Amino acid sequence: MSAIPRWADIVLIPLINLFLAFLISGLVILAIGEDPIAALKVMIDGALGSSYGWGYTLYYTTNFIFTGLAVAVAFHASLFNIGGEGQAAMGGLGVALICLFIPWPHWTIALVAATLAAAAFGAFWASIPAYLQAKRGSHIVITTIMFNFIAAALLNYVIVNNLRPKGAMDPATAKFPEPTHLPSLGDMLGTFGIPFSKGTPANVTLLVALAACVFVYFLIWRTKLGFQIRAFGKSQPAAVYAGINPVKITIICMMISGGLAGMMAINNVMGEAERLILGSVEGAGFIGIAVALMGRSHPIGIVLAALLFGFLAQGGAELSLWTSVPRELVTVIQALVILFTGALDGMVRAPVERVFLALRREA
Amino acid sequence: MTMETGGQPSTAAPAIELKGISKSFGPVQANKDISIRVMPGTIHGIIGENGAGKSTLMSILYGFYKADKGEIFISGQKTTIPDSQAAIAAGIGMVFQHFKLVENFTVLENVVLGAEDGAFLGPSLAKARSELTELAREYELNVDPDALIEEIGVGMQQRVEILKALYRQADILILDEPTGVLTPAEADHLFRILDGLKAQGKTIILITHKLREIMEVTDTVSVMRRGEMTATVKTKDTSPTELAELMVGRKVLLRVDKKPAKPGETVLDVQNLSVTDDKGVERLKGVSLNVRAGEILGIAGVAGNGQSELLEVLGGIQTATGSVTVNGQPLDLTGKLSDAKSRRARGIAHVPEDRQREGLIMDFKAWENTAFGYHDDPAYQSGILMNNHAIREDTEGKIERFDVRPADCHLAAKSFSGGNQQKIVLAREIERNPDLLLVGQPTRGVDIGAIEFIHQRIVELRDQGKAILLVSVELEEILSLSDRIAVIFDGKLMGERMPNATDEKELGLMMAGMSGANSEEVAL
Repeated sequence: MSAIPRWADIVLIPLINLFLAFLISGLVILAIGEDPIAALKVMIDGALGSSYGWGYTLYYTTNFIFTGLAVAVAFHASLFNIGGEGQAAMGGLGVALICLFIPWPHWTIALVAATLAAAAFGAFWASIPAYLQAKRGSHIVITTIMFNFIAAALLNYVIVNNLRPKGAMDPATAKFPEPTHLPSLGDMLGTFGIPFSKGTPANVTLLVALAACVFVYFLIWRTKLGFQIRAFGKSQPAAVYAGINPVKITIICMMISGGLAGMMAINNVMGEAERLILGSVEGAGFIGIAVALMGRSHPIGIVLAALLFGFLAQGGAELSLWTSVPRELVTVIQALVILFTGALDGMVRAPVERVFLALRREA
Repeated sequence: MTMETGGQPSTAAPAIELKGISKSFGPVQANKDISIRVMPGTIHGIIGENGAGKSTLMSILYGFYKADKGEIFISGQKTTIPDSQAAIAAGIGMVFQHFKLVENFTVLENVVLGAEDGAFLGPSLAKARSELTELAREYELNVDPDALIEEIGVGMQQRVEILKALYRQADILILDEPTGVLTPAEADHLFRILDGLKAQGKTIILITHKLREIMEVTDTVSVMRRGEMTATVKTKDTSPTELAELMVGRKVLLRVDKKPAKPGETVLDVQNLSVTDDKGVERLKGVSLNVRAGEILGIAGVAGNGQSELLEVLGGIQTATGSVTVNGQPLDLTGKLSDAKSRRARGIAHVPEDRQREGLIMDFKAWENTAFGYHDDPAYQSGILMNNHAIREDTEGKIERFDVRPADCHLAAKSFSGGNQQKIVLAREIERNPDLLLVGQPTRGVDIGAIEFIHQRIVELRDQGKAILLVSVELEEILSLSDRIAVIFDGKLMGERMPNATDEKELGLMMAGMSGANSEEVAL
């Protein structure tokens, strides 16, 4: 049995980790001669202080929910999918093809089709490393990261040679036609009379992301497939003993993971840019790893962690805009959060466990 | 049992004396106020069920754990043992259950490892070689100093562990479950070595759960139960029944109570079964056997001689060549239907040898483990979701019928004791009402109280007319449970015996590769 109560595991330890990460970030900011309290204030104001800030924070959050869920699903099968970046990029290609070449009467239908295409492209991209792992024993960490580069190169080729409008100078497709444009959060809230900044990229995809969380919850904890995925993840010899086919589970699980990563494209490609630009994933695939780690591979944890990283992304941008804190330092803060919540988790956990044991003994 | 022990003057300082040792791991108290005196030149047995605290106590003595309370005296001197270096310096040597040898080093290199003097290996190897020859002569510890560890048998490897301790001038030798991996003949050899060491004035602590060994070699025996030392008695003044009672805290039946078998039709028929592993090593070499309805066929053998592969092939974990039929219908040994799921569909249930690695998912709750392997059962589904409520209800019934304690289906498998974990596996497999039950090491790491229960359940299933294939490295278990015994050695069957027409000695020889006929000549 675990030495600490569940709430401490889920809430207390991440908060302590976060506190430590911010503490050290503060020291770093202090060291370069800036005021850490003022910096934090700029971040909070910029990310959460206005509906404009929220519009951006929630946009990033949506990205991170998808990539976080992708990593989490693979984690449950003990597979480390660090190819979210490439899978999301391929999802973007799927979205672009659907939006550019099929005339859609209304965004709702386009959204459904684009979601399916994004998931299919992401799933396909994940299925190749999965197959290589399951059948050939090539390590999935190596292959998925390699496939990030292949995806980038492939996308570069396809965009520049096939999808770029004649005469255009930048590596991007043409603008998607009007009926595929998704309503922003501002538009949607506006219909209910709630004022919300309309110039921000957060859009209806946020709801798709939340639906994906519910889907993942049921998949992992309530379906037979989820049962098999978790069993396989906990013990492969036991899974084989139980008649679970490791090849099948590896491939299916990775395809679900890749599909979720791919679905991120409906947010950034269809919802925000409204065209496919090279390099539009912007590292969200990697942030997903931190989100899944911090969220303990549980959808609720992932939403919270994605919100945190969404805050860091938007707050960090504001920080480099309004202060002389360089943009690189924002990356340092993100790295510290990842370091403390992921890698150094054990450092905080052991003392906390000791405190709880001491308390229990006295009781 | 020797004269010196009885005549030992009580004024001599004990080789080891522990006073009031206590140790807790979190809320679990592994050792409670333990005091023990081990006299020099004796063999002192420590017996107790799994989890009784034997290993914790010895780990404290060897410096792996620090006691929360209590004192350690070595030859009358108060000592602290912060780490294993200190233990070695105090003259304590330990032979672990799982050997700590470098596989691709020679015997000599392993003995010297960690005790090299100086930067150059040459001189210390030369010194060790002469000392090793000396020790080998003195204690019947013959090993080839230049043999690679991976090329010598387990009995030999154990001797290397003992030599390692002696080379470091150990006066006190602790052996943790030393006979687990040995044939009876190898175990007898080990006991002769221990007697020789005792005669030279060494002190030996033997940790075991086997009553027979305690009765055979020890002078004094201490019994542990639930972290406490419940008794220390002279071996000659006690009996196996009394020790078993002290271990479990109630009367236990050491023999299985069963009626003669009434074998029916052949259920399992195996012909010429061979298995080659990933490394190209042939693990099973043309094994043929059959099991009839209402009978238990026991496979005796030292671990690693192919019995695991036999179970794995029949359980759908390993592919093989040859032919196998169950109820007259052939089994797929290599194709699509050679997986464990298809085996279950054919009425084969499997209690695997290693329940913690295969039989259970240790992090899963008891109810999840009940569905494990049978997660396709329509009774466990409701639409596209799993019917967790139905699984939990089913588990609660199984927990009650198999007396699993604590009776809480929400506890993770790892929170149960070995015996209760095994009951969860057995309940799951037996209650599927299989035609053929494969059972591997049913009572390994299981407390005596639960052994009795598990044996009864297996015999009950037999009496319902089911075929049972039993694999166990415990000869006593094979002898008392089987209706027929087949001995396996090096992937081949050495012959079959009826349990009432054979004994441990004959089986032991067959397990060591001597054919049945030869063994009779030896016996004559």
